[in-house]
Amino acid sequence: MILAEKMSLKTCKVFENSEVAPSVYYLKTERTSDFIPGQMIRLTENIKTPPRLYSIASGIHDDYFGIIYSVVKGGKLTPLLSGLKPGDKVFCSSAFGSFTDPAKETIWIATGTGIAPFLSMVLSGLHSGKTLIRGARQESDFYFDEIFKLKLKDKYIRCCSSGELQNSYHGRVTQYLWDHEADKKSKYMLCGSAEMVVDSRDILINKGVSFTQIISEIYF
Amino acid sequence: MDALYGKTLDELKVIAADAGLPAFAAKQIAVWLYHSEVDSIDAMTNISKTGREKLAKQYTIGLTPNSGVQESTDGTKKYLFSYGIRRTIEAAYIPDEGRSTLCVSSQVGCKMGCLFCMTGKQGFQAHLTSNEILNQIRSLPEKSILTNVVYMGMGEPFDNLENVLKSSEILTASWGYGWSPKRITVSTIGIIPAMEEFLNKSQCHLAVSLHTPFEEERRQLMPVNHVYPLHEVIQTIKKHDWTHQRRVSFEYIMFKGVNDDARHINELSRILHGLKCRVNLIRFHPIPDSPLTSSSENTIQEFKEKLNAKGILTTIRASRGQDIDAACGLLSTKELLRKES
Ligand SMILES: Cc1cc2nc3c(=O)[nH]c(=O)nc-3n(C[C@H](O)[C@H](O)[C@H](O)COP(=O)(O)OP(=O)(O)OC[C@H]3O[C@@H](n4cnc5c(N)ncnc54)[C@H](O)[C@@H]3O)c2cc1C
Ligand code: SF4
Repeated sequence: MILAEKMSLKTCKVFENSEVAPSVYYLKTERTSDFIPGQMIRLTENIKTPPRLYSIASGIHDDYFGIIYSVVKGGKLTPLLSGLKPGDKVFCSSAFGSFTDPAKETIWIATGTGIAPFLSMVLSGLHSGKTLIRGARQESDFYFDEIFKLKLKDKYIRCCSSGELQNSYHGRVTQYLWDHEADKKSKYMLCGSAEMVVDSRDILINKGVSFTQIISEIYF
Repeated sequence: MDALYGKTLDELKVIAADAGLPAFAAKQIAVWLYHSEVDSIDAMTNISKTGREKLAKQYTIGLTPNSGVQESTDGTKKYLFSYGIRRTIEAAYIPDEGRSTLCVSSQVGCKMGCLFCMTGKQGFQAHLTSNEILNQIRSLPEKSILTNVVYMGMGEPFDNLENVLKSSEILTASWGYGWSPKRITVSTIGIIPAMEEFLNKSQCHLAVSLHTPFEEERRQLMPVNHVYPLHEVIQTIKKHDWTHQRRVSFEYIMFKGVNDDARHINELSRILHGLKCRVNLIRFHPIPDSPLTSSSENTIQEFKEKLNAKGILTTIRASRGQDIDAACGLLSTKELLRKES
């Protein structure tokens, strides 16, 4: 059985593939299923390359799937994705996963493309009672900044590790967490690299947040 | 230079052809590497001299001695291997009545971020090559008396499936070490696509880190559960044929007040119903800054008895090497911090 069939992947048309920051792209494709914001899909460019996982970064009312991906140097899939043009084909699964947010008050923490599930939640109108602490190195890495500013207002906290961005905390997300009181009642959702997730989780626990209030999605 | 040790027969065929050697030379090299365990290419005396010279220009055997060892009062030894800057891993040698087991690492660090794991706190540095996995066995002073190998050290083996499959092929193939696959167990947190591939391509035993039968609780302990939920992991395992010699077991670390009450016993027996398997209960060895503690001895004993009474074969794993940083990854993390300070 060919891989695409085995993984139940559907052929989907690419609508758009635009660079939103250096080596970071937003890919819009035909939608294969309904989804809950926070879920992901499997996606590949051809049936020989094993699919990789991507959080859905579009809203539930959009008639396409959007994903944000960063090109990994020497990677098997992302360099291929970066060459896609509107009208090309990709292979996508239906949505799955349980990194969803039914809570009233949640603090979202993300770095890099880990912003994707929270973008989906905001674009789906699920941002009331939510705070986003977002980390990136420089101004250009805060893609989709305007949407978050507009929807979350002062609940959108940007941590810029190079220190070049105005109206932001100068330092990493983990430093921000160390420097501030932790809200012990809120739920926390962490998304991004293993290093950021594990370090942030440790800091929150150290500050008295129960591990049962923290859920994490690691882009392994 | 690349290493010959750790190459599969298929890889050796390509290397032999590139060196202008006859096709049968690949098998001869394999026998030198894995049966005779030579330390130099020059010692492969049935390969032509010019062939050996050509090989030596591009390859070494590629063995790395251990860079340190800690020995416990109970005989357990933890060996450190340094494979470069920030690439220190550990292998635990565990002698027991009538058997001796080596617990090997498959990655330097790990990306999976399980809440209870020291290796997870180290972050991910690198996948180990098949050479670096097998070297833990080959360079073990106790190799000649080794009876079992478990892939339960640092890293998630199925996040590095290619090298785990290569190394286990070399351990079990007739041109390799010729071990029975029953002597080898690979442990996973349940990365389903890789687990399916492993079940199809290998005959080695499988161990799955379970730790709670409830999805919500498992997500808090193991972020991977968002991607590969437990019920799908169990479903995948149940589809496989376990009626022959191959075994599946479930690792269950006992955390006080988290996963050790009657609800867990009932749910475990429900989800494992109909599967020929064993549950291995493990005492938790605390790691720095962990919110988790181990269940009491009484609770662990009771848990075992109640699961057995429900028809789920359950054992308690003996704690070994507690005086030498028994928690997996603790020793190498200390080594990493020492080198960085
Ligand atoms: C639940 C989940 C959701 C994800 N969502 C997204 C998303 O929304 N956007 C996105 O860009 N990516 C996401 N990823 C990561 C994605 O699935 C791919 O792993 C990534 O795009 C790289 O694919 P590749 O084939 O180009 O690189 P690969 O060929 O897989 O890797 C190339 C090299 O980079 C190394 N490498 C890959 N990933 C890592 C890592 N995390 N840490 C260290 N080294 C690494 C590999 O070891 C390899 O040597 C997600 C992963 C998971 C598990
Ligand atoms: S328990 Fe295994 S998979 Fe989980 S973080 Fe530790 S080494 Fe990785």
